Amino acid sequence: MTKGWGLRIYALIYLLFLFAPIILLPMFAFNSGKIIAFPLQGFSTTWFEQLWTRTELHRAVQNSLIIAVSVAAISTVLGICAARAGALDDYPFKRSMIGLVMLPLVLPEIILAVALLVIIAKVLGIAPSVWTIIMAHVLICTPYATAILNGAFQNLDKSFEEAAMDLGENRWGAFRLVTLPLVMPGIISAFLIAFIISLDEFIIAFFLSGNVTTLPVYIYGLRRQSDDLPIIMALGTILVTMSVALLIVAEFFRRRGMRRAGIKDSGGLL
Amino acid sequence: MAGGGFISTGGRRSLMLLLPPFLYAIVLMAVPLGAVVAISFSGPDGFSLANYAAVFTEPINVRGVMRGTWAAGDLSWTPGLLPRSIYVSVMVTVATVVLAYPVAYFISFVVPPQRKSLWMFLITIPFWTSYLIRIFLWKVILGFSGVINSALIWVGLIDEPLTFILYNANAVIITLSHAYAPFAILPIFVALEKIDRSLLEAAQDLGENRVTTFLRVTLPLSVPGVVAAVLIVFIPTIGDYVTPELVGGSGGLLIANRIQALFLQVNDPGLGAALSIVTMAAVALVSLLFVFTCRRWLRSRT
Repeated sequence: MTKGWGLRIYALIYLLFLFAPIILLPMFAFNSGKIIAFPLQGFSTTWFEQLWTRTELHRAVQNSLIIAVSVAAISTVLGICAARAGALDDYPFKRSMIGLVMLPLVLPEIILAVALLVIIAKVLGIAPSVWTIIMAHVLICTPYATAILNGAFQNLDKSFEEAAMDLGENRWGAFRLVTLPLVMPGIISAFLIAFIISLDEFIIAFFLSGNVTTLPVYIYGLRRQSDDLPIIMALGTILVTMSVALLIVAEFFRRRGMRRAGIKDSGGLL
Repeated sequence: MAGGGFISTGGRRSLMLLLPPFLYAIVLMAVPLGAVVAISFSGPDGFSLANYAAVFTEPINVRGVMRGTWAAGDLSWTPGLLPRSIYVSVMVTVATVVLAYPVAYFISFVVPPQRKSLWMFLITIPFWTSYLIRIFLWKVILGFSGVINSALIWVGLIDEPLTFILYNANAVIITLSHAYAPFAILPIFVALEKIDRSLLEAAQDLGENRVTTFLRVTLPLSVPGVVAAVLIVFIPTIGDYVTPELVGGSGGLLIANRIQALFLQVNDPGLGAALSIVTMAAVALVSLLFVFTCRRWLRSRT
């Protein structure tokens, strides 16, 4: 079978291009040399050890975790509302209302950052804090959560809930006992994706952070110190390992959700 | 419309459910965007067009600098940041979509169905790994004593480091093409998946070969996916200020860096707001022109 071998080679080279940074990352993180270049010097864990001594980094991680967990919770709830509404009956302007909820997905981030800075800092005069970043991140994570949950809600058989109501459950009971378990994998997956996006978001966080440091804001602050580059590599290795692990869990739940809803899987997480 | 008599009970329930995310988007997106428009038109004493005048008269924003004269034949134009950003974003979009198309085609037409979602998952993984770290790594890969140069010198292919790959627009284009790859692959893949395979068999039964089948059947049918990919790459790339700052060098700075500086360093929110609005308008204009052209092309074929 030789069909498409040229394409196959091209696709593999393309995958190599996509994964090049992730493959190189641990190589330099465990390299004892201060300069990031080939040939590699020798194995060392010193850059990881140095991460423990940086108290400002610990503060940043703490802030980022508070933000990411809150954002994931709030945007998953908003995503459930939007996805469930999308699967229920139509009414005038429903599509355009959903379109507005999904709009942050395609707006340039700098525009959202500017708009949020103007309204939060200049108009309302609220000082930048963890809360202002949470408010902004919920805006950009809700569309992602909605997109994932749409997959879970869309093809759900309506007759299940109707059957539960015929058997004496009220509407909320039917939702809680029948629909919720069926879409739970989608909910977990949406939560994890929102968590990862918020943890990693920089462009908007930088505008709204003031003197609150999040993890990406901290990493950005190291950009001019070339001595710190190996430490960034070590930090990056930890982050990449963590998000790949979370992604695999999210993908597992997303697929399980798709199977429960009885639809053929056709794409990745996006 | 809410509560109007012509909405069914089920419709009203779905409206009530949609209200929380909808109101959130209104309060934190629509209202703030309105505020940006408002301050872009405000001056020391009320309504003013001064900010927009500055957008178009300051050379750095749009106009750029013209040197030499037409008569002497040494006329040169260093474009302002907005035209340059649009050029870079267009190049990123072309590179990303052209490189991504064969991969989407491969996954849709060659990969067996049960392996497709594994491939799509693999392609999305790099996208979900820290955005800043990825940019730092491209800086390291492309740098003067970076991975590419040190590896090439190490194996003896070159003697002097290549300098054309970092701190210029090329580096920005490579880094952004990498970042937006899954955004391009996914919509094209979805469009290709929707193509009825019997159409391709029919074309081949009617005497088309593989290449002409692709050009006359597959490619036109996948145009909606390509259009979606182009828009989904082109629009956000305009808004990135980190990639140009880290790998673009002094000549690689783009409009988003200028907007960022106006808000966070120069503290001129009025001008920053006007520049944001003009940038949005330019992006919308280019996007609409593109969609319009594609639609005309598709119509002219039938």
